[in-house]
Amino acid sequence: MSATTAPSGATARWDRVRTYAPPSRYLPVIGTFALFVGMFGIGGIQYDEFADTQNLLNLLRDNSFLIVLAVGMTFVILTGGIDLSVGSVAALSTMVLAKTLEMGWSTYAAMGAVLLAGTLFGALMGLLIHYLDIQPFIATLAGLFLARGITYLISTDQIPITNEKFFELAFKQVTLAGGYFTYWSVVVALLTVVVAAYVLARTRFGRTVYAVGGNEGSAMLMGLRVGAVKVGVYAISGFCAALAGILYGLFLLSGNSRAGIGWELDAIAAVVIGGTLLTGGRGFVIGSFIGVLVLGTIQTLINFEGSLDPAWIRIAIGVLLLVFVVIQRLMTRRQT
Amino acid sequence: MTDVLTPAPTSDDASPARRSLAARVLGHQLLWPVLAMGLMVVIDVLANPNFLDIRIVDGHLYGNPIDIVRNSAPVLLVALGMTLVIATRGIDLSVGAVAAIAAAVACTRIVEASDEGAASAAILACTTALAVCVLLGVWNGFLVAVLGIQPIIATLVLMVAGRGIALLVTDGQISTPTNETFSGLASGHVLGLPIAFLIAIGMVVLTALLTRRTALGMLIEAVGINPDASRLAGVRARTITWTVYVFAAVCAGIAGLIIAANTNSVNAETLGLWIELDAILAVVIGGTALTGGRFSLAGTVVGALLIATLARTIPNIGIPSEANYVFKAVVVVVVCLLQSPRARAALRVRSRRTSEPKAAIA
Repeated sequence: MSATTAPSGATARWDRVRTYAPPSRYLPVIGTFALFVGMFGIGGIQYDEFADTQNLLNLLRDNSFLIVLAVGMTFVILTGGIDLSVGSVAALSTMVLAKTLEMGWSTYAAMGAVLLAGTLFGALMGLLIHYLDIQPFIATLAGLFLARGITYLISTDQIPITNEKFFELAFKQVTLAGGYFTYWSVVVALLTVVVAAYVLARTRFGRTVYAVGGNEGSAMLMGLRVGAVKVGVYAISGFCAALAGILYGLFLLSGNSRAGIGWELDAIAAVVIGGTLLTGGRGFVIGSFIGVLVLGTIQTLINFEGSLDPAWIRIAIGVLLLVFVVIQRLMTRRQT
Repeated sequence: MTDVLTPAPTSDDASPARRSLAARVLGHQLLWPVLAMGLMVVIDVLANPNFLDIRIVDGHLYGNPIDIVRNSAPVLLVALGMTLVIATRGIDLSVGAVAAIAAAVACTRIVEASDEGAASAAILACTTALAVCVLLGVWNGFLVAVLGIQPIIATLVLMVAGRGIALLVTDGQISTPTNETFSGLASGHVLGLPIAFLIAIGMVVLTALLTRRTALGMLIEAVGINPDASRLAGVRARTITWTVYVFAAVCAGIAGLIIAANTNSVNAETLGLWIELDAILAVVIGGTALTGGRFSLAGTVVGALLIATLARTIPNIGIPSEANYVFKAVVVVVVCLLQSPRARAALRVRSRRTSEPKAAIA
């Protein structure tokens, strides 16, 4: 037996390489990644300096808050829910941050308070959704109104941040090999992606998130802690929204009550483009991350083009969303 | 104290068919919204004794109540379309964007017209805008009814892209048409009543006749309960779903025209921003469940009026109007809790627990 299989071992290995197909669950993410590489490549051919590593780093910096938001949104959508409040919570966070710093809080105390408040806000919505059976759409809609209302109550204008320590954090560069540099907000955003990917792939909490999204009733019957996980994902989304607010504060150096209008849509779009099914149960954080990069690249491409109206950014995102939604639909129709 | 007032006892009655009048009133889904509105008016009168005064200037009615009904018109219109969409178990997130597109089309058409002030220019522009809305509704309906995409996602596409389209139409400018006929949509009066409100109420009456005096309403509800079953029973589920999205888009378009006429300008970025959320709120307050299969047009009217009353009450009692959002959030949560069977059950258990010892003493 072993004598006959030995010579064919080499060809079998070659056959394996030749006929290798990635597991079907990774296909959407790979598709999105291919789209991103393609768009970035087109930009690189079309414009000088587009494909420069520094431009990629700038792309990460400009979208750091959206990356964090999309990570939180991925958790929620994986359980089959939706979180409309993230844009308002992020705006509220920038305002609370600016206000507490103005009142003389230390930088880290202010940030900690903002993160804690965001997490509690999310958890509260989760409690309404799970224990009082209010639909996620409506509960987080209330969250949207509440957070925006409190933001306007704090102030309807901008509050500049003049804290020295905060300035230091905002402008402190991380030098990379080859003379490139980036900012701490990018490091925080990437760290969020890595931690979230680890939690979803390797922990009990992550497995339960997928189980709840797949079929909540089954998950409940299996004895999984559905309630804790459902409240947990909204708490995570609230935490991420608060963190996104802090990153946006570092970006703008002010609190802005009109920040974040429509961010929830961008986050949802990024998650969808990243291949996560909106019915829940299937998808990856890394897909959402690449989804944000795709949205950011569209924006950069249209900015580089210069002759195009910025309104095309929104239209292009809409068209992209449409394409991915239709593909999703066709895929799920084939499987069922 | 408020626990005692919950409509818990009504459902304890043996047979719902033979409930007394009092029980029917207590159990009516519009009881709480109407009571809330009444409470707000009382607060308004306490804060400002002249609040309810209506005076006649030039044969037109003026005053806070008239303003409330006038301001409720756009949300009422959007909510009207939304009610039917929600009755089919759908949702339309794109209405705000559709309103912005309609306003953008109408305003740019008026500005470009050879005679900017002519009535014909306004009528032509509004017709064009509504025709565009029909197309947008057909698009949404296509995605939902034909491709079978979840409504929330299908309409999200237009919600995201729509403002971009509106910006393209207005070329990124805030266009400001000057046309008497057009601004009359918002500020005009017929028989002393604001035209905007008359249009909205006219649409409501028309819809009520169409859905309640024909089988259309029942068919819509059938589709909402189970599209597949209704299709097998011979209902044209796809056509009905499609029609409903077109109707919602047209309603949103009219609302957009009224909003633009109110300020005689259109800002594609902000016009109708979050009106879809207000409309959904009005529908939910009115007792139409988001799970579809049942709808109440009267409820939607009450919901829209409640939102408009709230918007008037906040500044009237001296709170900055931006705080509106906080109160809206509270209203959403309270109304949903009152409607949620689980929250009701929780309240009922508690009120029974507290009332039992009292009964024992008596």
